[in-house]
Amino acid sequence: MTVKGYLIKNAQMPDGGIKDLLITDGRIHSLAVGINDATATIIDAKGCVVLPGLVDLHTHLRQPGREDAETVLSGSRSGAKGGFTAISAMPNTSPVADNAGVVEQVFRLGQQSGLLDVFPIGAVTQGLEGAALSEIGAMADSIAQVRVFSDDGNCVFDPLVMRRALEYIKKFNGVIAQHAQEPSLTVGSQMNEGEVSAVLGLKGWPAVAEEAIIARDILLVDHVKSRLHICHVTTAGGVEIIRWAKARGINVTAEVTPHHLLLTDELARSYDPVFKVNPPLRTQKDVMALREALADGTIDIVATDHAPHTMESKECEWQEASFGMLGLETALSIVQKTMVDSKLMDWAQVADRLSTAPARIGGYSDQGRNLEIGAKANVMIINPSASWTVDKDLVVSKSRNTPFHGYELPGVVTHTFFNGMATLIDGALINSGGSE
Amino acid sequence: MRHLLSISDLSKAEAVSILDTATELARVSDGAVKKLPTLRGRTIVNLFAEDSTRTRISFEAAAKRLSADVINFSAKGSSVSKGESLKDTALTLQAMGADAVVIRHGASGAPQRLADSEWMLASVINAGDGTHEHPSQALLDAFTIRKHCAKGAPDLAGIRVAIVGDVLHSRVARSNILLLNLLGASVSLVAPPTLLPVGIEKWPVDISYDFDAVIPSVDVVMMLRVQQERMSNLFFPNAREYSRYFGLNSDRLKLMSPHSIVMHPGPMNRGLEIAAEVADSARSVIVEQVSNGVSVRMAILYVLLAGQSLEAGEK
Repeated sequence: MTVKGYLIKNAQMPDGGIKDLLITDGRIHSLAVGINDATATIIDAKGCVVLPGLVDLHTHLRQPGREDAETVLSGSRSGAKGGFTAISAMPNTSPVADNAGVVEQVFRLGQQSGLLDVFPIGAVTQGLEGAALSEIGAMADSIAQVRVFSDDGNCVFDPLVMRRALEYIKKFNGVIAQHAQEPSLTVGSQMNEGEVSAVLGLKGWPAVAEEAIIARDILLVDHVKSRLHICHVTTAGGVEIIRWAKARGINVTAEVTPHHLLLTDELARSYDPVFKVNPPLRTQKDVMALREALADGTIDIVATDHAPHTMESKECEWQEASFGMLGLETALSIVQKTMVDSKLMDWAQVADRLSTAPARIGGYSDQGRNLEIGAKANVMIINPSASWTVDKDLVVSKSRNTPFHGYELPGVVTHTFFNGMATLIDGALINSGGSE
Repeated sequence: MRHLLSISDLSKAEAVSILDTATELARVSDGAVKKLPTLRGRTIVNLFAEDSTRTRISFEAAAKRLSADVINFSAKGSSVSKGESLKDTALTLQAMGADAVVIRHGASGAPQRLADSEWMLASVINAGDGTHEHPSQALLDAFTIRKHCAKGAPDLAGIRVAIVGDVLHSRVARSNILLLNLLGASVSLVAPPTLLPVGIEKWPVDISYDFDAVIPSVDVVMMLRVQQERMSNLFFPNAREYSRYFGLNSDRLKLMSPHSIVMHPGPMNRGLEIAAEVADSARSVIVEQVSNGVSVRMAILYVLLAGQSLEAGEK
């Protein structure tokens, strides 16, 4: 299909204004009321909202190593379906992305898919073992130009290792994305420690195990004047500590996942491991604190922690099951449901929390741009008045472990444009991104 | 009622009905012919993915006295220990035509996974899952308490029970707390703070760290087993100190009120949570708990598989 770009008509901009937006040559060509262009494909976006393409700072793509659960390509397709134009591949693959070779492989696979930007995240420590620093400089200087480093899945527990990592990345303005989990307080932990875990007899994962590391790392980053990002904050107490740090001007950012904005530990009563995730689902009080923190900017961004798992690793006893949930395809709908429809945020704030701010934290310069003339056309469209029912058997991801199966959610992502190329039109993926 | 996964599945009437049925069935067991034809032709599988000889043989005896066919599927030498999934085990049992599966499993919630799945249609009876529940043990304990303390009442209203020891890891404690509360008894938990779960505040119980203060005021002292692996995990300094504060020894036996009883779900650590002279004393009903276990498990199978309770005189 040869087209001379796309003309999006009568769309609501993040700021609420109604405009037309013309995409040609991979960029936003013009943005005004009443644009006409006979050569462009016209998209009637009346009633829809146009946002900069979504940027995920926390994605598990499972390649290399667990291509049965997800690949860079299948995860990219899942991302395009959800309105993403950039995702960030966590390094807990097999082999671990703790060297330039693996991050370049993942980066190249992303480029081959051509559906969105895949930015590899490098491991902080060799083999995610928390002892020796990985080749951080080599990954930063590789073609993947890694700026975000994380041992996600594991906490960089040793305070000296964390200090050194925070210092080392200052060389190229990197950031350490910390999975905050004090390991000795969470040996064998299965779910949030509280009233529900007490009844279910599942080993608790206490909030303090998260908050203690958040507090420690905030003090460390203040001491060495580097940049810290807290992955998937889940507790009201963690929010309070970050709020305190920001008030003191400490350079910390934080993310919350869509599932922690909606779901609680009550769901564990089913013993269905589709609700088993790390960090765990917390209480309603935590959920409300997270929403408030996202709205007031204490929490900077929404990141999916998209974590695909094969059926057999979820069709089993709770304590045998893997941690993690899918997230890319439902993220924006969950944010609309929890934050927009509840009047906590407007669409301009959504654009910030799901695109502009994560791109800024990750240093992704062609992503997260405000919709402005001349910018790379990374754009998505959502119809906020439509709704859809999540069906685990219809997800684009290779895996099926969505916790939202059967939920009717508001907001249908209709179009995604990556560097001016349509990857999703009328809700359908139009470019498969090649074969596996 | 199709499954027995948790005491919270039961209404008070259902719980009392199981105890009443057990009373009737106990009379049968005392007769010359111990067997009833009720479950002839039905297949009951004992799926034991964790060692527990006493619970398994109790269920086996109960099923056989109701004339059911019993298949024992134990962890040792079975596919469960060889890494077959719970799903495949369930599909296998379904293909073999099991009417009920009595499951003992190390993972909390495994029985509920079986019951909620589409893998298997059989009734599921939880014979102890991880640190979650052990409902048949709670029912046999309630049966035993009713016999000794209820003075002919159908429930346990007004009876005071102390549950002592490792509540955190105890499925027996969780089921007993629910059932005793359902039947009107009051429950005091006595344990070191390390062995009480965070989140216990919402439970309908009193909590004490002082065993001596609680003993004189209760009708039942129910001791919990201390697992050896807790010793090395900082829950208490050592076995001697645990025993000194939370063991039921002969000095504490003297503090007990007249007519009060001592219970233990077994197997006991003599000399740790319970002294030998207490376990073997006249107040101990520990051996009787075992024989009551067969009657109560017969009643559970009867109610679940024959779909009715046994009224007095119906046999």
